[in-house]
Amino acid sequence: MASLVEKEAGMSPLLEINDCTVAFGGLKAVSELNLSIHQGELMGLIGPNGAGKTTAFNLITGVYRPTDGEIRFDGRSIVGRRPYQITARGIARTFQNIRLFASLSVFDNVRAACNMHLRHGISHALWRGDAFAQEEKAVEDRVMELLEIFHLDHLCNAPSTGLPYGDQRRLEIVRALATRPKLLLLDEPAAGMNPTEKQELVRLIRFTQEKFKLAVLLVEHDMRVVMGICERIAVLDYGMKIAEGTPEEIRNNRKVIEAYLGE
Amino acid sequence: MNRPKTWLLVFVALIWAASWFQGAINPYYFDILITIGINIVLGVSLNLVNGYTGQFSLGHAGFMAVGAYVSAAMTIFLCPRWLAACGGGSTAESALFLGALVAGGFGAALAGLAVGVPSLRLKGDYLAIVTLGFGEIIRVMVQNTEAVGGSRGLSIPARETGLFTTYLAAALAVYVVVSLVHSTYGRGFLMVRDDEVAAEAMGINTTKYKVMAFVVGAFFAGIAGGLYAHFKQFIHPEGFGFLRSVDIVVIVILGGMGNTPGVILAAILLTILPEGLRALAALEALPVWLRGMIQNRMILYSLLLIGLMLTRPQGLFSGGGKWLRWWKRRQA
Ligand SMILES: Nc1ncnc2c1ncn2[C@@H]1O[C@H](COP(=O)(O)OP(=O)(O)OP(=O)(O)O)[C@@H](O)[C@H]1O
Ligand SMILES: [Mg+2]
Repeated sequence: MASLVEKEAGMSPLLEINDCTVAFGGLKAVSELNLSIHQGELMGLIGPNGAGKTTAFNLITGVYRPTDGEIRFDGRSIVGRRPYQITARGIARTFQNIRLFASLSVFDNVRAACNMHLRHGISHALWRGDAFAQEEKAVEDRVMELLEIFHLDHLCNAPSTGLPYGDQRRLEIVRALATRPKLLLLDEPAAGMNPTEKQELVRLIRFTQEKFKLAVLLVEHDMRVVMGICERIAVLDYGMKIAEGTPEEIRNNRKVIEAYLGE
Repeated sequence: MNRPKTWLLVFVALIWAASWFQGAINPYYFDILITIGINIVLGVSLNLVNGYTGQFSLGHAGFMAVGAYVSAAMTIFLCPRWLAACGGGSTAESALFLGALVAGGFGAALAGLAVGVPSLRLKGDYLAIVTLGFGEIIRVMVQNTEAVGGSRGLSIPARETGLFTTYLAAALAVYVVVSLVHSTYGRGFLMVRDDEVAAEAMGINTTKYKVMAFVVGAFFAGIAGGLYAHFKQFIHPEGFGFLRSVDIVVIVILGGMGNTPGVILAAILLTILPEGLRALAALEALPVWLRGMIQNRMILYSLLLIGLMLTRPQGLFSGGGKWLRWWKRRQA
């Protein structure tokens, strides 16, 4: 696997979180977290409810600022950058509590996420010349291509929030992919899906990860999904990382079992 | 893709042709016609801020005041000198009037930038209060500036605003707002309205979009102010108070947030309505209390809004659905 080769060759990781803490008042939702993800790697992040997984995502994407610590992406620090700037650097995400653009159609939700890569701005949108038309066409083609991969193309004119839960989650992934990320953060993408949908999701995550040469950080409660696709898994409990390793190592780790079963 | 531009040109040609006959229109109807045009500019531009971008601004009358006073100051103090310098003529006068309108627009846009940048971090009610405060500050500032008449108001010698300029401004406002919103670039406004967190996560600089909506909205409010000043030929700081802002907000809410055709219809309806009610209030047959109530616009608006919120919270003309879908299918 590419990621293993890279690690052996001593390449620096794509994302590097060093001793990061996020505190809400007295509560340390994430505590002195260390995590690194390499180019093209599929990594899992698990932990019981309230462990701090979503907070870790919000930390990486700039929604929260660490009270302490450093985050580097692609060799540059991203601490203190605004979320849209971090997305521009190449980190995209989905949301645990689905956050689609409610007034936009399925198609427009994805198209909206292409905004960032537009070469033309307000003057073209007003003048509506040839350059504008060409770029809009290119965006449309790209949106349809992405929707087809996720089998959502036939729904492109439907209102996004009217879709079944599973489709909404997949649409969130498509939308995130439209920003052309290097690292994709998925927050419980399989939640609310039935077993067939979950299987399909696993296939799609693998497929897109290879096709777009992505690194993926996956938060998921369904152990079969996590164990099935992740090369490496980190475990959080009460904001602290209590274990990291291959699925096999995690399955047999005492601390992990304790965290999940309680003392 | 060029169709919107064609529509714009056709419409401009039509109003240009129509404006040749404006002398034949009964002054009362002419007044209503111009007021409708100005209200369309105001409603459509505020709709970009309150409707499409989901910010609650209550300061549109303030921007209108800036445009009115800047353009009036230009036509009163600067233009006569320039006119004398270039030898006069009605073409030069019209050109200078247009220049004054645009200057008023830019003045208002600048004010929009000045208010927008620091205050757009605020949301909902807080933003409403800040923009409201801004409107009041403008009003008080004008009131204390003797050079533009202060609290006595300002008279404008020539009635420059006509059918053509008014509806040109309305057409441009509609064109700009609709073109923006119907482009990948302009979808950013809707993203900000729907979900700011998700918009940022998709690479949208939400602050930039909010400020942009504010500045474009203020620009057209300024133009509307200039048109108003050169139509009524008298402006007074009290005329641009809080209630004026509310009038415009009512147009947007009634038309449906983020629904430009609806807002145009609402602007027409709410301009005609008081006129119709005035006629109704003159009926001897009605009891006096009812006649009094009918004439009070604010009572009427309150009742209208309560009724609307109960029955059609999406706006009077929103989601008529059938026509819209028919139109969309034709476009596709
Ligand atoms: N904005 C906030 N303000 C205060 N406390 C917060 C905030 N966000 C999260 N927390 C707290 O931080 C802790 C971690 O929450 P987080 O949402 O990261 O957990 P999680 O691992 O994603 O859980 P789940 O599996 O249920 O999604 C929780 O105790 C939560 O109540
Ligand atoms: Mg979570």
